[in-house]
Amino acid sequence: MDYQISKVVKGLAPSGIRAFFDLVLGMKDVISLGVGEPDFMTPWHVREEAIHSLEKGYTSYTSNKGMPELRKTITQFLHKRYGLNYNFDDEVLITVGVSEGLDLVMRALINPGDKVLIHQPCYVSYAPTVQLAGGTPVLIDTNASTDFKLTPQALEKACVKGCKILMLNYPCNPTGASYSKKELNALAQVIKKKDLIVVSDEVYDELTYDFDHTPLATLPGMRDRVVYMNGFSKAYAMTGFRIAWASGPAEIIAAMTKIHQYTMLCASITGQIAAIEALKHGQKPVQDMKREYNRRRRFVVEGLNELGLTCHMPQGAFYVFPSIQKTGMSSMDFAQNLLHEQKVALVPGIAFGTNAEGFVRISYASSYENLKEALERIAKFVKRDEA
Amino acid sequence: MEEILEILSKDARTTPAEIAKMVGKSESAVKTAIRKFEKNGTIVRYKTVIDSTKVKEAKNKVRALIEVSVSPQKNVGFDNVAERIYSFPEVTSCYLLSGAYDLLVIVEGEDLQTVSNFVAAKLSSMEAVRSTTTHFLLKKYKEDGYILEKKSKVKRLNISY
Repeated sequence: MDYQISKVVKGLAPSGIRAFFDLVLGMKDVISLGVGEPDFMTPWHVREEAIHSLEKGYTSYTSNKGMPELRKTITQFLHKRYGLNYNFDDEVLITVGVSEGLDLVMRALINPGDKVLIHQPCYVSYAPTVQLAGGTPVLIDTNASTDFKLTPQALEKACVKGCKILMLNYPCNPTGASYSKKELNALAQVIKKKDLIVVSDEVYDELTYDFDHTPLATLPGMRDRVVYMNGFSKAYAMTGFRIAWASGPAEIIAAMTKIHQYTMLCASITGQIAAIEALKHGQKPVQDMKREYNRRRRFVVEGLNELGLTCHMPQGAFYVFPSIQKTGMSSMDFAQNLLHEQKVALVPGIAFGTNAEGFVRISYASSYENLKEALERIAKFVKRDEA
Repeated sequence: MEEILEILSKDARTTPAEIAKMVGKSESAVKTAIRKFEKNGTIVRYKTVIDSTKVKEAKNKVRALIEVSVSPQKNVGFDNVAERIYSFPEVTSCYLLSGAYDLLVIVEGEDLQTVSNFVAAKLSSMEAVRSTTTHFLLKKYKEDGYILEKKSKVKRLNISY
């Protein structure tokens, strides 16, 4: 039978990488540096709070926007942490992960044919989310010479007629690139000049190592044109709870809420209760995890550079993005051969953008023992190949 | 340099070269710092944490927590009597506490009899010791931050974006 699957869906870039993922998932005894989530378990006080809420019978729907207490806790936290002020009542929406928030914001803003600027290499869902909302992605290549940062010049040059939104992500998955306040100010000038709305995915904000994270919305003139996205997955090791939020201008949040109420209704109450606990009492575990990640970051970057797999020092998240060009292999061949020969899994760069060929993403959200062993195996692999 | 201590307290086998990479310092700077810590007694010693229940041949030792009430002495307070107590090799830990009793003494011995004898013959008989209450340890769940009961491990997916 011909199901006549949606043309938009058919038009989405086929995930050639799916087969590789399936291969990894089916293999045993693999050391994986391919994981996009923390290796820490959700702090016990957060899990305990979730269990307690279940015991007490909190198992209902919540308001579409999310529990008022969670939204209030978030606005208070943003005020205290960044001096960022949002009204909990109409400028915050609780979503099922930042992923849902992205989908909502694109559908809320995009009219057919609107263009969305996306820097690549980038997280895999940005372009498809734009396409599903009827928009056209305009990709801006970032490269190793600028540590994969989006420069004001590149942004201005790429911003052709019809560009309405900039999809910004920092610290960046997969490159770890982030921006100092000064660098953000320079980007903000172009954003104002080109009258762009910015969807700013800052889910890795707490994992910024070399300077303090600055939310774009805190810069002069930015608050009214930025939708700030953040969540609990990375900082609090709560990926499975699926809780995030979007905060921004009331009109945009209202439009997103309209879609959310018809499609998702609300985020899980258990997750929301856990999130309140995480924000209120979870700052110490966040700092402990960050210190640990920071050590691993230096350890892995040093180790890779010693092997000649050159990589810059990423400023945030828990990824390094080394070049594998000296091996002469494509990123997919490198990943597949490494998996077969040494049982180490990582993600080929090509998954994150056409210009990311020649690179791989290594996640250091893994124990030292694993990282050490994996680096030794990669060394064997690279040297054997050279011999 | 306190970060070095944090790393070593988690895994004392971490080499200076590895630590150097982690903290972004040179290997020689790390070595110097560690030597200094060892010299000034910041690093007391390096030891291995063993779950003795897993050791097949070893006879499991008996451990008791003993609450000790003592009469403090002029000028030296509790320190003298504490020293007399902790100098016994059977005593693995000794703490001065606030509350209903004064010293918490942890004693390890081959069996119940040995520990009981120690309490009766050595501890209770001290002049400064007014009374003792002995609690034998039945099961260890967590020690020094480590959970001893192995639970089945939660697995993340091996690969994800």
